Amino acid sequence: MKRACAMLVAALLVAAAPLRAAEIPPDQRRSGYSFMGPDSKAMQDDDTANPGMLWVLDGEALWNKRPGAANNACADCHGDARASMKGVAARYPAFDKALGRPVDLEQRINLCRAQHQQAPALDYESHDLLALSAFIANQSRGMPITPDGDSQLAPFIARGHELFMQRQGQLNLACANCHDDNWDKRLAGAAITQGQPTGYPMYRLEWQTLGSLQRRLRGCMTGIRAQAYNYGAPELVELELYLMSRAAGMPIETPAVRP
Amino acid sequence: MASALINVPKRAKRGDIIEIRALTSHIMETGYRRKASGEIVPRDIITSFTCRFNGQEIFRADLFPAIAANPYFSFFTTARESGRFEFEWTGDNGFSQTASAAITVE
Repeated sequence: MKRACAMLVAALLVAAAPLRAAEIPPDQRRSGYSFMGPDSKAMQDDDTANPGMLWVLDGEALWNKRPGAANNACADCHGDARASMKGVAARYPAFDKALGRPVDLEQRINLCRAQHQQAPALDYESHDLLALSAFIANQSRGMPITPDGDSQLAPFIARGHELFMQRQGQLNLACANCHDDNWDKRLAGAAITQGQPTGYPMYRLEWQTLGSLQRRLRGCMTGIRAQAYNYGAPELVELELYLMSRAAGMPIETPAVRP
Repeated sequence: MASALINVPKRAKRGDIIEIRALTSHIMETGYRRKASGEIVPRDIITSFTCRFNGQEIFRADLFPAIAANPYFSFFTTARESGRFEFEWTGDNGFSQTASAAITVE
């Protein structure tokens, strides 16, 4: 299966015309949801069948827990997440003035833990960080992605765009080669899709667990045999930022289910 | 870790066929995978799922290593009287989890 995938990627590479670099027109943008079969769609739509909801429930419990020396729960500052966190995930990554760079939702949670809770940072892809980010992002479900309008973000979005268009790895593929130019085709049995980040963190059946957008990006990089950036690397945040600006207006689905 | 997500209709008419859905979180480690060092990752799965209604067993399933993480069950029963469904999952390493849901039959 893996070999077949690699061969197909190679075939695609040989057949591919020079990078078309055509962005997807707004009216043709499609969430990964629309590429799925009816079973996977039903799984995402039903909150008692969607395994991502297990993390959302855990996140709700963590929201009210006091993990650090400051004896502060998220709820002690932010109150009811249903009101205070509504729309927050739809505008992340956001610009952090103190750091002078964009931070994604996971990094924001860890900054909050360090500054206001005096609690140790949670590891990327750890259960608790996924649970908290899923719970927070779930409050924005159905809301359109509305990127942070801070003009200081512009150079970071531009760098993310550059990375998206940059060929890399032994297969010498850019994100755009698949997700801008060939999203209507298939790679072996699987739909290529447009790579729209609408449902993160999401439950991927292949992973059998919830995963972040950074995990997905790293998986793609390994797939094209490039050296994946480390979790939390500025390049990954810039890519997240570009992807969110590329998907502006599309509704958040967290927790999405994907094959 | 959140225990389980249960979906049982809150009320039903006598004689109705109702769907019961139960999702629980579990890694379902098969016992066939190896770590990078070559050692086998020990098996850790749920081995049994039982649903009782007012103390009487109405559904049971044995689980095996080929079942995916976070197992999900859906099954049907006939609503005969009001009462309480009790769900129980047991597995390796002393794993045990319970949940319950009430139904009113009119």
